[in-house]
Amino acid sequence: MVLQILFIAITLAAIALFSFNLKKVIRNIRIGKAADRTDQPQKRFMTMVKVALGQTKMFFRPIPAFLHLIVYAGFIIINIEVLEIMIDGIFGTHRIFGGLGPIYNFLIGSFEILALGVWLGCAVFLIRRNVIKLKRFSGVEMTSWPRSDANYILITEILLMTAFLIMNAADAKLQAMGASHYTLAGSFPVSQHLANLLPNSEGALMAIERGCWWFHIIGILAFLNYLPYSKHFHILFAFPNTYFSNLEPKGEFTNMQSVTNEVKAMLDPSFSPPEAEPGKFGAKDVNDLSWVNLMNAYTCTECGRCTSVCPANITGKLLSPRKIMMDTRDRLEEVGKNIDKTGNGFDDGKSLIDSYISREEIWACTSCNACTDACPINIDPLAIITELRRYAVMEESQAPASINAMLGNIENNGAPWKYSPADRLNWAKES
Amino acid sequence: MSEQLNFEVPTMAEMIAKGEEPEILFWVGCAGSYDERAQKTTRDICKILHHVGIKYAVLGTEESCTGDPAKRAGNEFLFQMQAMTNIEVLNGYNIKKIVTGCPHCFNTIKNEYPGLGGSYDVIHHTQLIQDLINDGKLKAEGGESFKGKKITYHDPCYLGRGNDVYEAPRKALEVLDAQLVEMKRCKSNGLCCGAGGAQMFKEPEKGNKDINIERIEEALDTQPQVIAASCPFCMTMLSDGVKMKDQDKNVQVLDIAEITARANGL
Repeated sequence: MVLQILFIAITLAAIALFSFNLKKVIRNIRIGKAADRTDQPQKRFMTMVKVALGQTKMFFRPIPAFLHLIVYAGFIIINIEVLEIMIDGIFGTHRIFGGLGPIYNFLIGSFEILALGVWLGCAVFLIRRNVIKLKRFSGVEMTSWPRSDANYILITEILLMTAFLIMNAADAKLQAMGASHYTLAGSFPVSQHLANLLPNSEGALMAIERGCWWFHIIGILAFLNYLPYSKHFHILFAFPNTYFSNLEPKGEFTNMQSVTNEVKAMLDPSFSPPEAEPGKFGAKDVNDLSWVNLMNAYTCTECGRCTSVCPANITGKLLSPRKIMMDTRDRLEEVGKNIDKTGNGFDDGKSLIDSYISREEIWACTSCNACTDACPINIDPLAIITELRRYAVMEESQAPASINAMLGNIENNGAPWKYSPADRLNWAKES
Repeated sequence: MSEQLNFEVPTMAEMIAKGEEPEILFWVGCAGSYDERAQKTTRDICKILHHVGIKYAVLGTEESCTGDPAKRAGNEFLFQMQAMTNIEVLNGYNIKKIVTGCPHCFNTIKNEYPGLGGSYDVIHHTQLIQDLINDGKLKAEGGESFKGKKITYHDPCYLGRGNDVYEAPRKALEVLDAQLVEMKRCKSNGLCCGAGGAQMFKEPEKGNKDINIERIEEALDTQPQVIAASCPFCMTMLSDGVKMKDQDKNVQVLDIAEITARANGL
C-alpha cells in the first residue's frame, strides 16, 4: 500500500512538473507575433502524418533514417507497456494484462525485440557521435552542452531498455520458479538469454525485478521532465511543427502587410490605411519573430542536416542554419527567465541580433532554401534570417555598402545595376 | 546563327497602339536586359517565340526591376514600391500570361505579386520550351547537333527548390539526344551557385572558398562538354567558375534557351 501511494505521488508530481514547464514553453512561444497557419487543415494534417509520423524526409539519408525509425517505433510502442506499469503501480497488481494470454505473449515478445533494436540503434548513434565523430555533429554551435544533451538522451534510452530487459529476465526466472505473485505471462525472446547472468535466489531476483521496474518507470518520468530543457523536445513538437509548417512554395517570402499599407498610402493619397499597431519592421529580438519561428526553435533537435547542406557553411562562412535555431531558442529561454523574474517589460540590453546572431551570419545567406528542404520536420531558419535582415535594412539602414548601392540603383533607375531605364531594350537593337 | 535579331521585338505599347493583344508577355528581367551574357539568352528566347509563331511582346522601357533583390536583402518597402508600380503597368495592359527569362523574376511575380493585386499565369522560359516540345512545335533539328554530348544541368534555387520545377529544363535537354549527367547534388539537393538572396550584388563573407567554385568543381567532376543553366545569375557564377578553373576552352556554359535555339538553327 505504501508503495502504491509512493508510486501515485511520484507520477502525479512528474506530470505536474512537466505541465508547469510545458506551460512556460507555450507562454514563451506566445511571445511571438501572430501568424495565421490555420488554412487548409486537411493538407496540414496530411503533412503532419507524412513528415512527422511517417518520417518521409528522413529517408534522404537511409542509414540514420532506418536507425531512427527503430528507436522511434520502439520507444513509442514500448510505451504501451507503460500503461500496464501505471495500472500495476496504482493497484498493486502484477502484469495486469497477462490475462490476454497469447496476445500478451506476442506483445511482450515484440516489445523485447524492439527494445533490443532501440538499444542497438542508440549504441550506433553514440558511436557515430563520439567515436566516428561525424562532421554533421560538430560546428561552432555544438558546444559542450548540446553534445552532452545528445549523449544523455542516448544513454538514458539505453539504460531504460536495459532495465526493461533485465526486469523481464528476472520476472521470467521467477515465473519458472513458481514464485508467488509472479503469474505465468509473457514471452521473452530477448531477455531469456540474460537469465544466466542473474542470481538464482528468489529474494535477489525479486529485488532485481522490482528495482528495474521502479527504475524503468521513474526513468521514463524523469525523461519526460528532461524534455523541456533538451533538444529531445522534438519528439513532441515535431507534430505541431509540421502541422503548422509553411505550405506555400519555398521561394515565396511573406509580404509585410504593414509595409503594404504604407506603400499604398504613398502611391495613392486617397488611400487611408487601416489602424495598425505601431511595430518595428523585421526582427531585432525574439518577440519580433512570429510564434511559428519560436516553435521552430523549440522543435529543433540539432541534427545539423540544414547546416550540412548550407552553401555558405560548406564554403567556410560563419553562417550555420542550426545555430540560427539554437540561438533563437537560447535567447527565448533567456527572455522567458527575465519575464519570470521581473515581469514583461524588462530590458536586459541584449537582443537576438548582435548578442546571439551576428551580422556576418545573416548576410552570408543565399536564401537558397537548402536548409528548409533538408529539415526532416519542416523548420524554417530562412524565415528568421529574413526577419533579421529586414530589421537591419529597414529599421537601422545597416546593410553592407554594396547592398545599399544595389538598393539605391533599384530606387533610382529600376535595376540593381547602374543602367539607364532608357537603355532597357537595347539588347533587341544591337549585338 | 547571327547574334543580331532579324526581326523586330514587339513592345506592349506598340501592340496596343495597333489594337492587338499578345498571347504572352515576355518579362525580360534586369540581367536579361543589361548583362551582356544574359542578353544573348534574351535574344534566343525571342528567337524561339518568333520561330514557333507565338504572339508575344515585351514591356521594353516600361519594365522595371521586380524588386526581388530588394526583398531578399530585407528592403520590403522598395520591393513593394517596385511590385505595385509593375502591377499597375501589367494590369493596365490587361496581361494574363507571362514568361520570364529569370527564375527570380518568375518566383517573385508568380508567388509574391498576387498578394499585392497582380495575379497572372507565370511560367519560366524552360517551362515554355517544355510546353512547345510537348505540343510538337519545337524539336531539336535543323541546327547544331548535341547528340552524344555530355551535358550537366545546374538547378537554380528559385526554380528548383523554390518552386519545384525540375523536369521542364531536363525535358528540353532530353530531346537533344545528348548524354545527360547529373551532378552529385542535384534537383532538390542541388547546391546554390552562390548568387541568390542578393549575394549577386555583394562580395561574399569571409570563408575558405567561393560557393561558385565549390559548385563548378562538382560540375566539372561529371566531365561535361556543356554545363546547362537557366538563370542569368547562375550563368554569371558558373561562367566565372569555369574561367577560374581554366576550363573555358573545354566546357561551355549555356542557358537552356541558347541550347534550344542552337539545336533548332535559330
